Amino acid sequence: MNNLIVLPLIIPIMVGIILVFLRPYVKLQRAISLITMIGIAVVSIFTLNRIQTDGIIRLDFAGWQPPFGILFVADSFAMLLVLTASIVTAICLIHAFSSIGERHEKMYFYPFVLFLVAGVNGSFLTGDLFNLFVCFEVMLLASYVLITLGGTKPQLRESIKYVVINILASWFFLVALAYLYGTVGTLNMAHISERVAEAGQGPLLTTISILFLIVFSLKAGLLLFFWLPGSYSVPPTAVAALFGALLTKVGIYALFRTFTLIFYHDPLISQTLIGIMAGITLIVGCIGAIAFKDVRLIVSYNVVIAVGFILIGLAVGTETSIAGSIYYIIHDMIAKAMLFLLAGTMIYLTGKSKIDEMSGLIRNYPLFGWMFFLVTCSLAGIPPLSGFVGKILVGQGAIESGSYVLLTLAFLSSIVVLYSLLRIFLNTIFGETIISLEDEKPMKMGMIIPIVLLGIATISLGLGAEFLSGYVADAAHTLSNPSVYIDAVMGGDK
Amino acid sequence: METLIIMLIGILVAVATYLILSRNIIRIILGTAVFSHAVHLLILTMGGLKQGNVPLLKEADAPYADALPQALILTAIVISFAVTAFILVLAYRTYQDVGTEDLDELRGAKNE
Amino acid sequence: MKTLKINDVILRTISRIVVFIILTFGVYLFLSGHNTPGGGFIGGLVLASAIVLLYLSTDIETVQKSLPLDFKYVAAVGVLLATATGFGSILFGVPFMSQTFAYFDLPIFGVTELTTVTIFEAGVALTVVGVLVTIILSISEDGG
Repeated sequence: MNNLIVLPLIIPIMVGIILVFLRPYVKLQRAISLITMIGIAVVSIFTLNRIQTDGIIRLDFAGWQPPFGILFVADSFAMLLVLTASIVTAICLIHAFSSIGERHEKMYFYPFVLFLVAGVNGSFLTGDLFNLFVCFEVMLLASYVLITLGGTKPQLRESIKYVVINILASWFFLVALAYLYGTVGTLNMAHISERVAEAGQGPLLTTISILFLIVFSLKAGLLLFFWLPGSYSVPPTAVAALFGALLTKVGIYALFRTFTLIFYHDPLISQTLIGIMAGITLIVGCIGAIAFKDVRLIVSYNVVIAVGFILIGLAVGTETSIAGSIYYIIHDMIAKAMLFLLAGTMIYLTGKSKIDEMSGLIRNYPLFGWMFFLVTCSLAGIPPLSGFVGKILVGQGAIESGSYVLLTLAFLSSIVVLYSLLRIFLNTIFGETIISLEDEKPMKMGMIIPIVLLGIATISLGLGAEFLSGYVADAAHTLSNPSVYIDAVMGGDK
Repeated sequence: METLIIMLIGILVAVATYLILSRNIIRIILGTAVFSHAVHLLILTMGGLKQGNVPLLKEADAPYADALPQALILTAIVISFAVTAFILVLAYRTYQDVGTEDLDELRGAKNE
Repeated sequence: MKTLKINDVILRTISRIVVFIILTFGVYLFLSGHNTPGGGFIGGLVLASAIVLLYLSTDIETVQKSLPLDFKYVAAVGVLLATATGFGSILFGVPFMSQTFAYFDLPIFGVTELTTVTIFEAGVALTVVGVLVTIILSISEDGG
């Protein structure tokens, strides 16, 4: 039953195509897409448990043995991310039911969300570098369509830049792949890892690793995040939430996988260089989060800060800090989705996007206000919410390995995150109520329910960190010891 | 032979870089298309040129030419075709709506 | 001021014959993809170019009457066919996307090798045709 791990890729594609035929039946589309995402989440929980008992699960496409064929490799890290992505997508879909509008729902919105999720799941699960490229492209094409759906002028303007930059990043990925293939002669990640370890990471392979670093940093938003604030502030709310929660995490996943499995021999690149890039990303992200007054821009710069923090975990490199990064990625997917949904709902309710033009929403929408407070505390890392565990583990790893500069930057960034979100909170939620009770727009149930669901998710992630620790420890162990992964792939049939 | 092709790839990348750095959207898209051609040639070169027979077991004997780069290039061409088609339609739509194809005028909102 | 009418007699006469030649070539490329250069993608491209030639030599309404297909659905059917081939192998218990082949004795063709890869390639060809014609149609209906 190894075929189970290809389901997160193939089921969304097939269901998305079926939804293309059901174009006029919007309610049916909504129901089917939500059921599909919940089904994928259930499959990934089942697979995650099977990995704990059976070890890493591997599926060779068409029966071709590795290293000759394409394969899917499901280890705990990948399955945890697939699970979180499915849950976050399901909840964002619930928000999209009330916020996208029927005209756009009839323009194939749900099929493209399903294609996006298929690309994301495929990128997480694949064990072959060229398949990673193809799944990236599936995800990116779906995201190009989603970012332009609606066709307003700001969307068209930002999407041209987003598409051109991502096209260039894709071609650089191909260049890096071509060089890597020319050097090691294979595309299977485990086989590349074996050959790189045999040959020793000389100057040629280090150059190739820098090329991969540039490509994945463009996708993840590490130092090369200039496209991020513009592109994440124009699409509709549910789409922006999906982007902020999923797309950068795929780049982060690729960085983790390449620099712990393939190019881990040269600490100058995998630790020092990534550490410097993560540090600068944190500093610039912090400046950006404090500088702007538009709610969507502040939230986009918070995404940048989170990317910098997660990569500090990779740069430090100990097993504890990698475990902390994994906790933080899961927490960040949930909390950023919640933050984007909150920001978008705020703009919908008040019609304005600058924080000094909104005020006093606590009286109009009390539950909404307290949900914003919840996400502020969660992102700042206040226990018992979910951000705390990740930050503590990353900090512990940084102290263990003596990277005090990165430790200071990481904890200063938490304070800046708290300040930037508190600034939004005090300006818009507290304060004098300017929307009178007769003028206020009624809060749609479909908008507040997903936010509450994500709030419950972040609380339970924080309280249930002990429950997750088995899976996260297994994932960190696999990332820190490449031989586990290599044995599972190249070690022959079980 | 590989040296010659690498020099050609270098020229193509230079042309592509010049085009991508221009102000007109159509030139940028042309630049990405030229860059994709350069990348496909690069993948082909990495497989070794003129070094083997047809990679079919019954038609020729070893050594065989490397069959994998051909499959990679085919997939890359398909993807680049889809993406180029999309961005061309997007540029056309932007030109219709915003009225300009000069990237300097598409800078961004004034409040930033 | 009289507008010049474009005299497209040559285009129309030639395209009546050439369309069939291109279609035959497209089908040949598609079918020979298993053992020689060709395959679903290039077969689909050539087939699509035949249809686009039809659109060029006559106008959109005439072609819509004779080929009453919404090409978006053609593309969707193509993707469904391709993924169903891969998914079908799951139902047989073998790894995803396993292909199989067998030799059949057909009445006219004699002993032929039929594979499931051809169904996959047919899906790819349909997708390419659908996508290409959709793009050309959407650009041409928009502008003047």
